[in-house]
Amino acid sequence: MRDRVVVVGAGGAGLVAALSAHESGAKVSVITKEYPTRSQTCMAQGGINAALSNVDEDSTELHIQNTLKSAHSLADEEAVKLLCNSAPDAIAWLDSIGVPFSRTEDGKIAQRKLGGASATRACYAQDYTGLKILHTLYDRCVASGIEFLNERYLLDFITDESANKKSVCGVSVLNKRSGEVELIQSCSVIVATGGYSRVFHNYSTNSVSSSGDGIAAALRAGAVASDLEFIQFHPTALKGSSILISESARGLGGYLLNTKGERFVNELAPRDEVSRAIHDEILKGENIFLDIRHLGSELIEKELPQEAKLAKLYENIDPALELIPIKPVAHYTMGGIDVNNRSSTSVEGLFAVGECANHRVHGANRLGGNSLLELVVFGKIAGESAAKFAKESTLEIDIQERIKIVQANLQQIKSYTNEINFYEKHSELGEIFYKKVGIKRDKKSLLSTLDSVREMKQNLKKMGVSDKEKKYNTNLIEFLEFKNMLFLSELILLSAIQRDESRGAHFRVDAQESVKAFEAHTIIDRDGVISYEN
Amino acid sequence: MKISIKREDSYVEYDVLSSDVTLLEVLNEIKSKVDATLAYSSGCRSSVCGSCAVRVNGKEVLACSYKAEDGDIVEPLLNTPLERDLVVNMDKAYSFNAKAKAWQSTIVQNVKLTDEDEKRNALQSDCIMCGSCYSACPVYATNSDFLGPFSLTRVWRYVSDKREQNPKDKIDNIQVNGVWDCTLCNACTLVCPQDISSKADIEKLRARSVMFGYNDPSFASFGGGFGFDGTPSF
Repeated sequence: MRDRVVVVGAGGAGLVAALSAHESGAKVSVITKEYPTRSQTCMAQGGINAALSNVDEDSTELHIQNTLKSAHSLADEEAVKLLCNSAPDAIAWLDSIGVPFSRTEDGKIAQRKLGGASATRACYAQDYTGLKILHTLYDRCVASGIEFLNERYLLDFITDESANKKSVCGVSVLNKRSGEVELIQSCSVIVATGGYSRVFHNYSTNSVSSSGDGIAAALRAGAVASDLEFIQFHPTALKGSSILISESARGLGGYLLNTKGERFVNELAPRDEVSRAIHDEILKGENIFLDIRHLGSELIEKELPQEAKLAKLYENIDPALELIPIKPVAHYTMGGIDVNNRSSTSVEGLFAVGECANHRVHGANRLGGNSLLELVVFGKIAGESAAKFAKESTLEIDIQERIKIVQANLQQIKSYTNEINFYEKHSELGEIFYKKVGIKRDKKSLLSTLDSVREMKQNLKKMGVSDKEKKYNTNLIEFLEFKNMLFLSELILLSAIQRDESRGAHFRVDAQESVKAFEAHTIIDRDGVISYEN
Repeated sequence: MKISIKREDSYVEYDVLSSDVTLLEVLNEIKSKVDATLAYSSGCRSSVCGSCAVRVNGKEVLACSYKAEDGDIVEPLLNTPLERDLVVNMDKAYSFNAKAKAWQSTIVQNVKLTDEDEKRNALQSDCIMCGSCYSACPVYATNSDFLGPFSLTRVWRYVSDKREQNPKDKIDNIQVNGVWDCTLCNACTLVCPQDISSKADIEKLRARSVMFGYNDPSFASFGGGFGFDGTPSF
């Protein structure tokens, strides 16, 4: 069908892209493995950056500088300028569709300070910023009549190769409810499936859905990924459960303390620095706590209600009276499907946006408040690009015959012997990744982890599913997710092993300095072939 | 700790090692170690994605924010088609948002909102659409066309916002199978994990309806009807 754009993923990036493609005249369908509004975006608490100077003096120039500094020379300056220059308009647009931002006393959109920012820059809606943006976007999509195909799990992007050009011509999905494979035809597809932090299993703040499905499928379809080794650890997750406590707790004046009750780091330094400082304290045998007692129960209730609730539920403590035990865990993956400033991947008609994409704006370490901004700014661009492509494309390929191949692949996976429990293997993968591919890494441990991952990959056929039902087989979906994560794990490791230096979130104990030659993006394909690009 | 889970037509008892953990952690233990065929939904683990609503001992809870106890009986949400085990089909509940036109009518620039304006629907915009309220609603149980709690709360969220340019259109749209069908029984409020009271929002929408000249049709049927004064709704 001409003019059709298919968006895979219904988080913030997917919904903005869907709205934008719709406004550009395309007929849009959004596919999600859950329901819209259940994505990772709803967990974003801190805020969305824009130099509005609503609270104190700020400028777009400073926003650009802060972003570039935090990126450690690994961001594309043009892309960062585009991101920061578009920020005030992005906020104005969110305000115009009804996002209920918190307000200042004089009726402006309220802002707060997050780490690495030289000014009070993050617009917020209590500590539900992502939730409220996501739901308002969804309501806008419903108002626009955009089609949603719920509970469809992405299997693969279907491509066609002619005249030395690889083009996307559709998407294969597993309908979770029926258990049937479905093919959705479209020559213009936007991937907006989120990041891959769940490689770290329970050592991640993320939703269980952040399994990198879209990145893995895009790689299989011939796209390339970049900077996969750059994984952000959030300094303050609850110790027992890895549940996120927002950076805004520190922005409001929260301290980090060790067992002796001493502060040991500037709490509002960029996340990579704070996480490393905590990591070092933990290695010294210290327990680490977030202290927000001095903020007072009234302020906590007003600005951090969600944090207070979660601390009570998971750690049995009242943060107005007690210290919150924390640890740093995987939070955001800077790497992703490599795209240009128009969100195009290297496969014709395949676009990517949000955490699954790498628009090269975060570089080696993302600033808090820039990811919600990214999904609005680049979501709009991705939608426009995809709509334009759909309008101009003349590709007419009937993909229905491909269904047999997809079904056969799936059937094969279902017939794996299930001698080894893959849930245990995923848990094991998370443990070794946290210890060896985490905040601090060294070549030797990275290499030994690569061996472990390759062994797991070889054993995939001995894993598999015990649930043989067709209908709503979450055992099968979770195995497919695990397969994707294992595939990406190997590529993360290869990228990390070859980068013999330290930069932002990639800290190598055996190569602690930044090396000029590595001021370049790691480009990797599905076979693990690496090149570098400035 | 033993818990029973409703699976199709029977209850299956599981003996788990975990204690003092959330129900979701118990379900994860069963899935990964005991019985991988158990179907349930989950996402964020921190009560904001709305995926894991189930009923425990007859009451709607989020599995990720309920501490499991020995003897708990876990069942899927009511009033919605069952997919498998604890997974229900939410399409219909979601579709009420479209029916209720739960969005801002027009895109508007530069409307100035105060802190007080924002507080007016801060709570309503916390809704995570977990569906607990539809499961608990006795009206929806008998009238499947009733717009229902979360979508009416969503209408109030937009109607009460200064950026809404055509509140009358929103109010016109919720007169049939809408605000007057609710019995104000408060069941939705009692199960909402976000402490939202759809019942209170429906009362505010009723007051607003009266301001636009609507009457409670059940009063109207008493011959001639008697209007009551609409009080300002916030």
